[in-house]
Amino acid sequence: MAELDRDHASYEMGMHTEQLAGRTQQVFFLPEEEENFTYPGAFDVDFNKRIEIDVANMDSKAINLKIRDLMREGYGTIVVKNPGAKHSIGVGILNRLQLYFEGSLGYFGVGLIDGPNVRISGRVGWSCAENMMSGTVVIEKNAGSTFGAAIRGGDLVCKGDVGSRTGIDMKGGTIIVGGRTGAFSGFMMQRGRMIICGDAGKNLGDSMYDGIIYVGGKIADLGVDAVEAEMTDLEAAWLKRKLAMYDLDAPDGVENMTKIVSGKQLWNYDNLEPTEKKLVL
Amino acid sequence: MCGIAGLIHKGKSANIGGELTAMLQSLKHRGPDSSGFALYGNPMADKHVMRFKVAEQEDIKKGFDIVRQMKERKATVDNRMKELGARIESEEQVTEYAHRYVFSFDGDLKRLADYIEDVDGAEILSIGHALELIKDLGDANRVSKQYGLDDFQGTHAIGHTRMATESDVDIRSAHPYWAYPFNDVSVVHNGQLTNYWGKRRALERRGHRFMSNCDSELIAVYLADAIDRGEELEEAMQQSIHELDGVFTYVVATGDKLGMAKDVMAAKPMVLYESDDFVALASEEVAIRSIFPHEIDTYDPYEGEVKVWQS
Repeated sequence: MAELDRDHASYEMGMHTEQLAGRTQQVFFLPEEEENFTYPGAFDVDFNKRIEIDVANMDSKAINLKIRDLMREGYGTIVVKNPGAKHSIGVGILNRLQLYFEGSLGYFGVGLIDGPNVRISGRVGWSCAENMMSGTVVIEKNAGSTFGAAIRGGDLVCKGDVGSRTGIDMKGGTIIVGGRTGAFSGFMMQRGRMIICGDAGKNLGDSMYDGIIYVGGKIADLGVDAVEAEMTDLEAAWLKRKLAMYDLDAPDGVENMTKIVSGKQLWNYDNLEPTEKKLVL
Repeated sequence: MCGIAGLIHKGKSANIGGELTAMLQSLKHRGPDSSGFALYGNPMADKHVMRFKVAEQEDIKKGFDIVRQMKERKATVDNRMKELGARIESEEQVTEYAHRYVFSFDGDLKRLADYIEDVDGAEILSIGHALELIKDLGDANRVSKQYGLDDFQGTHAIGHTRMATESDVDIRSAHPYWAYPFNDVSVVHNGQLTNYWGKRRALERRGHRFMSNCDSELIAVYLADAIDRGEELEEAMQQSIHELDGVFTYVVATGDKLGMAKDVMAAKPMVLYESDDFVALASEEVAIRSIFPHEIDTYDPYEGEVKVWQS
């Protein structure tokens, strides 16, 4: 694994030192904890070792087993051609990996992942990257509903439009949508940040506990407990940096995005320390 | 769960039977119990096509005297059609229990339909100038082969793969539903309607009949009733979003239109592909991929959205 130190790009971008407003707290790993970054039994892969596979005639299980076998052989960059919108592809990868899909995924694509950097040239169906723990997933076209359900970490990016209930039960990480999102986005959101460059459907942030939603376009209406909050300069700077990472921008500038947080004091939850919250969640 | 699909060719005819079979077969995992097709062939302005059955598939296995009964039922249907002035131009026995008639008739279609369905065991699946509705137990490939749909030419079609949850596994409860007694209107649906009985009672009081206890049938009858009262298809569909309660996505077809509607919760899936001359929609993108193996742009319609396309 490449050594993480104070010269790492994320430090240069200020992502480890910023203090964002709002109740959301984000804990970053320290470079000294490097040995805890990989799972026991994770494969030692080399990003320079690259392979392309055509999965047009393979079912989902065979594709996932093939990816695992290739990681075992040390391939760190895998290009999957013709995924054909099949369901549950690229799931359960707990490894560093550059994974590229040339085409579209069906339901539950790249769910339960912790670590890989994924890029999808097509579209994804419902529940993409569900329960994602870390890494990045970038989708070039549109996404279905329940995009990023219950994610805990990482960056999940859709450059097009997404369906309803985006980030439902979200517990951390960042969801970025280049276009619009449907109804009930951020439903029961508990932590993390969601950036919607376009419009948001009705009941945005309904029953959210915590976390922040930034919207660049129009909001149909807010859900129960969701309220508008004041954007700080620091947040605007973070948004600009974050969107620039994925060649995105807010249509009227990040300064004019609307910030949505939970307006309800959840007494027991709010009295917990950040580490205790993590245990509760 | 159930899977629904639809397609429409704008301004041309194509092998919609083969295309819909491929789409529905790829949705088999969403519902293996039965498969149904509503296919819109080239319309016959002065003739009607009727698809009807004189028994359920399971009756064939269990019925002690079913073969004789089916013959009697068919003969009674023929007599009643003749009695009301319908002239059968051609007939085809597609399976032991399913028939396809082409007939001429310029009388009251509802009266004719009621009189036919009054025959014990007879059920009209569809009547239309273009619509042919076929549904049976098993997956799409099996039903398509059984009824010879692989090269059915037409402009548009809708279909359904059913996972039975609230009513029996039989042809009666399979989709699509014909909007009795109106020519060429059919519906497929994925979801649950929670105000089914209240709406059904209201429609029954207006003289409509229900052949099953399946909530999807309500949508067909509801839309047919609205169209009968002079509403445009799209207007009726917009109204349904507010009047039908529950979670649903449905697809409706008429003689020259295809439409889709999604409830305000957007809880049931639908993926859409649209080009200048073709539209395909389905519960899952994998169904659209079955007829478009190359990369295409698709998207999900949003909550409360209604769309209608012309053939």
